[in-house]
Amino acid sequence: MKRFLIPLLIFIVLVAFLGIGLNLDPREVPSPLIGKPAPIFSLARLDDPSKSMSPKDMLGKVWLFNVWASWCGACRDEHPLLVALSKTGIVPIYGMDYKDTRQDAQQWLDMGGNPYVANAFDVNGRVGIDYGVYGVPETYVIDKKGIIVFKQIGPITEEVLRDKILPLVKGLQTQ
Amino acid sequence: MIPEIGHFALILALLVALVQGTFPIIGAARRNSVWMGLAVPAARAQFFLVATAFFCLAYAFASMDYSVTYVATNSNSKLPLQYRIAAVWGGHEGSLLLWAFILNVWTVAVSFFSKHLPDQLRARILGIMGLISIGFILFMLTVSNPFERLIPAAFDGRDLNPLLQDPGMVFHPPMLYMGYVGFSVAFAFAIAALIGGQLDATWARWSRPWTTLAWVFLTIGIMGGSNWAYYELGWGGWWFWDAVENASFMPWLVGTALIHSLAVTEKRGGFKAWTVLLAICAFSLSLLGTFLVRSGVLTSVHAFATDPRRGLFILMFLVVVIGGSLALFAWRAPKIGRGGMFQVVSRESFLLANNVLLAVAAISVLLGTLYPLFLDALGMGKISVGPPYFDTVFAPLMTPAVFLMGLGTLARWKKAELPELSIRLRWAFGVSLATALILPFILGHWTPMIGLGLFLAFWIFTTTVNLLINQLKSNQLSLIFKIKSIPRSWWGMVVAHLGIGFFVLGVTIVKGYESETAVKMLPGDVAHLAGFDFTFDGIKEVQGPNYLSEKGQITVSVMGKEKTHLFPEKRLYTVQNMPMTEAGISPGVFNDLYASLGEPLEGGAWSVRIYYKPMVEWIWAGCGLMAIGGLLALSDKRYRMKKRGQILAVENKGVA
Amino acid sequence: MKLKARHKRFILIGIGLALIALAATLILNAFRSNMVFFYTPTQVEKGEVPKDTGFRIGGLVVPGSLKRDDDGLTVHFVITDTSKTVQVIYKGILPDLFKEGKGVVAQGKVDASGLFVASEVLAKHDENYMPPEAAEALKRARENSTSTLVVPK
Repeated sequence: MKRFLIPLLIFIVLVAFLGIGLNLDPREVPSPLIGKPAPIFSLARLDDPSKSMSPKDMLGKVWLFNVWASWCGACRDEHPLLVALSKTGIVPIYGMDYKDTRQDAQQWLDMGGNPYVANAFDVNGRVGIDYGVYGVPETYVIDKKGIIVFKQIGPITEEVLRDKILPLVKGLQTQ
Repeated sequence: MIPEIGHFALILALLVALVQGTFPIIGAARRNSVWMGLAVPAARAQFFLVATAFFCLAYAFASMDYSVTYVATNSNSKLPLQYRIAAVWGGHEGSLLLWAFILNVWTVAVSFFSKHLPDQLRARILGIMGLISIGFILFMLTVSNPFERLIPAAFDGRDLNPLLQDPGMVFHPPMLYMGYVGFSVAFAFAIAALIGGQLDATWARWSRPWTTLAWVFLTIGIMGGSNWAYYELGWGGWWFWDAVENASFMPWLVGTALIHSLAVTEKRGGFKAWTVLLAICAFSLSLLGTFLVRSGVLTSVHAFATDPRRGLFILMFLVVVIGGSLALFAWRAPKIGRGGMFQVVSRESFLLANNVLLAVAAISVLLGTLYPLFLDALGMGKISVGPPYFDTVFAPLMTPAVFLMGLGTLARWKKAELPELSIRLRWAFGVSLATALILPFILGHWTPMIGLGLFLAFWIFTTTVNLLINQLKSNQLSLIFKIKSIPRSWWGMVVAHLGIGFFVLGVTIVKGYESETAVKMLPGDVAHLAGFDFTFDGIKEVQGPNYLSEKGQITVSVMGKEKTHLFPEKRLYTVQNMPMTEAGISPGVFNDLYASLGEPLEGGAWSVRIYYKPMVEWIWAGCGLMAIGGLLALSDKRYRMKKRGQILAVENKGVA
Repeated sequence: MKLKARHKRFILIGIGLALIALAATLILNAFRSNMVFFYTPTQVEKGEVPKDTGFRIGGLVVPGSLKRDDDGLTVHFVITDTSKTVQVIYKGILPDLFKEGKGVVAQGKVDASGLFVASEVLAKHDENYMPPEAAEALKRARENSTSTLVVPK
């Protein structure tokens, strides 16, 4: 009675497609920005609107550029890792607060700890477009010449930090 | 402390579910009554534990415990209490807990109302429901724990998505889940029967009330969702064919086929394999719906960036449950045997045709929902399949289905005579046709679709009248006695079918005669639509508990006589900085007047959308009647509990 | 008699198969004619889009590009995938979540002058969410771009 097998076979095909669909992981998206100079901007700082921040200021050192926002749930997940990383002093972390309010962001830093050397404040997401921000959080590793070497879409996990970002940063620092 | 109790209760529930899912099933195979006897206490213990977990989470929401991540992301201190409670199922983790909780509600209900079942069947059914529960609890404990702590605690919550802050949201998801998850009972009955090899009329009779009840909940849930979309989204639409809606509609279509197919299995012993397959499919589609909606494959790119393991887990779960049961079906179904023979013209074949049409409709929805995903998976680009596809497919599929519905209720089992049927239904056909041709000219204009819709609606009404007359004139007893002697399930069928008629009529009239306009209005301006004058009185600022609102007032009048006021709102939910449109609606039996605010323009003007929606409420009234029909059928006395082992041999007329 | 019963069964199966075949034709036909393809602003610029049928475009609304006609209902805005842009005209009320700088999807046709006449504008997302089509447009543009981003105007 082969006809009783038909539903099963249809289901197997369906699962194959759903499986492939699942594997369309947005983190796999290759960023064309890699190997390109980090887009230049000049934005007011989060803590002090009278001061500004620009990637030019960081030329000559390896740094992490972390795009975050107080309204973003996944940022909460990665935040303790960033705080821990900043305490080691291995690499400076600069942040960009994305489409947020100053008050919320400041409150967030007061509560969760502030791992950032400085934060740019991108209130309307203008600079976010230049960097091709899909959503937050996203993190870039930028080398001494201001070139983007690595991009993490979504929160940084311990594995990513240990296996990718830290080795990369150490390599770049010795160049 | 409370969240930890909830977490711990969930872990214990998993252990109990493991016991419930293994010992009774093995015990049933070995005829070990002690092992089988574990099923009932385990089911009740698990219910208690999952209920504890659920109330712990609800407590965390009620007490604003922002040290729980899930609470912090889905609630806010300014959120009113009823929405804080509804927020329990406002996100991914909590809706899983609701799923598991409702599964346990059904399981515990089965444990109470199954004393009349043979021990083996009862043990297997509860065991299978325990296995399903394992999957969901494990899912929560591994990758979606609602009790996860947030350290340091958030100062305040991120608020519930404003779209969900609505009275409808308090009732809609539990209803929908009661329906979705309720099909797990039909599924467990089917699998238990496959394992035991006992698929007969008694099995169908036991399984029927559970299936009908689940179907009633699903009907109410979908009705609520549609109604919610109507007044909450501000576009005047009542069904959008979006993935979330389709996810609930597919199990409904298959479930509808299932309750009819079960009727044939019960009355005639036929369609056994088909009934079992439908039961498996109805529950599988419920699971698939959960997968599609919860995993985010269809909607958000970012759903996975947070946790791809979730999608993988659900997929594995689907493979085990659906793949396993379909494999079991392929293995055991050939042994089920055929039912009684029937002629080409008979109630069986009408019901079979309806079943096939409903199943094809479900497949077409599945195709439209998943095809874009397939193309994407194959790297062939992004497409979307919009409402026009579903509209084009549904009208031709449902037309014969509705037509056959009128015939089927009148046809005899096994063998009916076409000439006899056609003589009986001559006038019904004539009245429907005449209405379809004439009524549109009274209402305004005629199009083929309006004609077809009216014909079908009146076909249902007239065949129902015919059926009623036929049923009541059959012998000389008094009318009261005859009405009393007809089983409730028969009345249930009549009412549910009338519901379809109401629904078709509502859809036809609203699609055929609705009108809308979008205008720029200054205070004092008047817009005209469908014979009504809409005067824009102006905007007032109102402060809500967690939003700021600009509330407009529109006075509706006909020929200078004031009829009603509409109060459309534009709210800004301050926590997420998210604007929301609240439509102003004046509902009525024959028409709804509907206004929603667009954007503020210069000089105090607003862009305003106004809709005239004739008989739109009939759509939901029709759904309501279907649900009432289901409940009537459930109250039929042959479903009242009988002593165990006693075989029911009550002969009933009619199919509910 | 037995033969006759079998005969009837065949008729039944035959009718069933014919119905299913009819339904399948209907569904596939409806499918073909109702699929809405999705294109990026770059593809629109290169002219790789259908002339007669409608399609969808996605991207970000360029900040500062939203303009309204005097009737208050006709709006003009520009959609970009960060590499190319498309001018859009739409008559109607924009959805709640339509904002400059945010993701958007529009459905409509390109007219003779290259203007995209939208029949529907969708912006069903929250702060964290971008419509898949809009995200796709940005992704493709980035895959193809050779220079760092030139943001128009």
